[in-house]
Amino acid sequence: MEKRLLSGNEAIARGAYEAGVTVAAGYPGTPSTEILEALSRHRDQVYCEWAPNEKVAFEVAAGACLTGARCLVTMKHVGLNVAADPLMTLAYTGVVGGLVACVADDPGMHSSQNEQDSRHFARFGKVPLLEPADSQEAADYTKLALELSERHRTPVLLRSTTRVSHSRGPVLLGERHPSPLKIGFEKDPPRYVPVPIWGRQMRLRLEERLKKLAAEADGSPLNRIEWRDRSLGIIAGGIAYPYVREAFPEASVLKIGWTFPFPDGRIREFAAGVKQLLIVEELDPILEEHVRSLGIDCIGKELVPAIGELSTTFLSDVRRQLEGKGKSALTPFPEACLDIPARPPVLCAGCPHRGIFYALGRFDVVVTGDIGCYSLATFPPLSRIDTILCMGGGISMAHGMDRAGNPRKVVGVVGDSTFFHSGITGLLDIAYNQGTSTIIVLDNRTTAMTGHQCHPGTGMTLMGTQSPVISIEEIGRACGIANVVTVNPYRLESVKETLKTALESDQPWLIVARAVCPLAAKAKVGPVLQVNQERCIGCGACLKLGCPAIEGGTGKPQVNPLLCIGCDLCRQVCPKQAYEERKGGADV
Amino acid sequence: MSDTGVVSVVLAGVGGQGILLASEIIAEAALLSGLDVKTNEVHGMAQRGGSVIAQIRFGPEVFSPLVPEGSARVLAALEKIEALRYYRHLAPDGVAVVSTQEIIPVSVSSGQAVYPADAEFRLRKVFPRLVLLDALEVAGGLSSPRSANVVVIGAVSHFLGLGEEAWMEALKRRVKPAFLEANRRAFAAGRALAQACRFL
Repeated sequence: MEKRLLSGNEAIARGAYEAGVTVAAGYPGTPSTEILEALSRHRDQVYCEWAPNEKVAFEVAAGACLTGARCLVTMKHVGLNVAADPLMTLAYTGVVGGLVACVADDPGMHSSQNEQDSRHFARFGKVPLLEPADSQEAADYTKLALELSERHRTPVLLRSTTRVSHSRGPVLLGERHPSPLKIGFEKDPPRYVPVPIWGRQMRLRLEERLKKLAAEADGSPLNRIEWRDRSLGIIAGGIAYPYVREAFPEASVLKIGWTFPFPDGRIREFAAGVKQLLIVEELDPILEEHVRSLGIDCIGKELVPAIGELSTTFLSDVRRQLEGKGKSALTPFPEACLDIPARPPVLCAGCPHRGIFYALGRFDVVVTGDIGCYSLATFPPLSRIDTILCMGGGISMAHGMDRAGNPRKVVGVVGDSTFFHSGITGLLDIAYNQGTSTIIVLDNRTTAMTGHQCHPGTGMTLMGTQSPVISIEEIGRACGIANVVTVNPYRLESVKETLKTALESDQPWLIVARAVCPLAAKAKVGPVLQVNQERCIGCGACLKLGCPAIEGGTGKPQVNPLLCIGCDLCRQVCPKQAYEERKGGADV
Repeated sequence: MSDTGVVSVVLAGVGGQGILLASEIIAEAALLSGLDVKTNEVHGMAQRGGSVIAQIRFGPEVFSPLVPEGSARVLAALEKIEALRYYRHLAPDGVAVVSTQEIIPVSVSSGQAVYPADAEFRLRKVFPRLVLLDALEVAGGLSSPRSANVVVIGAVSHFLGLGEEAWMEALKRRVKPAFLEANRRAFAAGRALAQACRFL
């Protein structure tokens, strides 16, 4: 068998492929995005789609599995909140073909707005939960999750985290095993229709199923005891396991790969065999609280942080404390490394969003933002986003502020993919309830932040086929918004004029700011510019754009020709016409 | 921690500099050498011009994909202050391979911070075993400025003890055929620069 280096996400896709999945759906979200992208390379055998949001993706998979198809649905942790509604009831009706919902958490909040521990959803929804620790396990557990799902007729949660999804490791490739099930929905209302009379029966069956699953989890090789020195025993789940093995190489370990239903027998056996019991899990004390509920004494979150990621380095510190050596100071930073300027992510050079946020800076408004690259406009020098909550929140929150009587006008800002995800209902609300908010859709024709996935506005599908381009303007009008305009975000004067008209009116406005993401298009917007050092007076007006291609700080600003893509915004804001086309064009 | 024979490498730079490909090449070379490999890379938000790192670990058996502090055999950076930022990862006797690029962060351009004028002096001060090179110039000299990352990998390769054949095959597997020859030359140039370095 061939061994290949795969990321956790690629391995999940590989596992799904080998397990005979024929339908896969999801919505992009770091750190989960690459699962579906990798699986779509097998689009001749697996139907793959980016759904408008996670709830839709989950429902697509739910429908498909009732015909007997094996299904995978993928999302980031906050996406599972959106898909929670169908998850909760699919646990009742059950599945026919296996259905695995893969959710990728983001401890440490590398690319997310919160740090929720999605393992809670397993207990909440009464569905089994598997947690791989590396790429090989990601592939293996995906296959096992599908098998479990089909055999017990339950959806199964597969939980990854950033460090599992985005780490690479060797994976043995196997053959694809197509499902023996014939595709065809069989009518059976007492099974698929949870009206109260049947729903109550499903509720009872659900509890019966959980008991069977608990017994199986107890005997599963996914929950294995590794006996070594018995003076310390550690229970570790998911990505905590490799860190534990490095920081405590001689300790006995109960490795938890099948987290819920909890393997009580294994836990009791392990606890009885060790002198001291330590629970190591990332984020919430879910295993720990359960172990305590069994009447077993243990050490957990009093030593192991519940906030942020764990690591071998962190656990080495836990070890020191356990051994009574006190908390170790981290390696001291020498002075030479102390005052280094921060380098947070920024809007790319030539990003069309920049024009909108710069223009918004000319008005005394509140800006309710949303989830996407444009969240980066929160930071100086643009500083033009005031709130962020969740997908679509930028639109509905603007209306809420407006209705509360906020003295300043409110502008809601949302991306194109986010608009299709959950912005439409908010817009409908503004029209229906006669709000006056101005909503701007930053339409860069792609789902940019997660790496340029297609969506209903792009005219392309994950299957590589063309599809009708769904018009944001038409949706706005259909929702009942009378004032719908389209602007070019690279033309500052016209953007400002449009904003002025909208903000002075007592009606809701939908402004679609449309320009292709240059990173996706891999093309320049216009000629590369340079600063005429004689005309430049060093006033710093251009630096207020926050463009990474304009390097300032000492002396007069310079344009980095490797980064500039000729968006022209700097030329438009310069009071002295110091920006001019670079001599010799784009050749550097 | 006990000596497990695991070799750790940290690559640092700015989103868009080709850190991901560099990491893949090292990992592939280790896998081709019959070793266990784990890597970790930053995706998503951090790629928008932010500071990025990739971590590669290989050996007989590797558990964690993350490099524990103070344990990396090599810290390689494609930008000067990014080497200083990840100083903590390097082992006390580790080697820093740093390309002299200076990429000004927006925090500096907008006047909130200052780029240290003495960055090279600082590098020499904190990294006793330092390979300082201008990978962009070397790559430019080979008429392929895009392969600066592979120049650095070439230099890093000198300290990792993996066979020449594994490196060549890794390049072949991870680089598009059209750019393979240019990247081979870039790799060789970087490796030669590191070989010529003599530490005290």
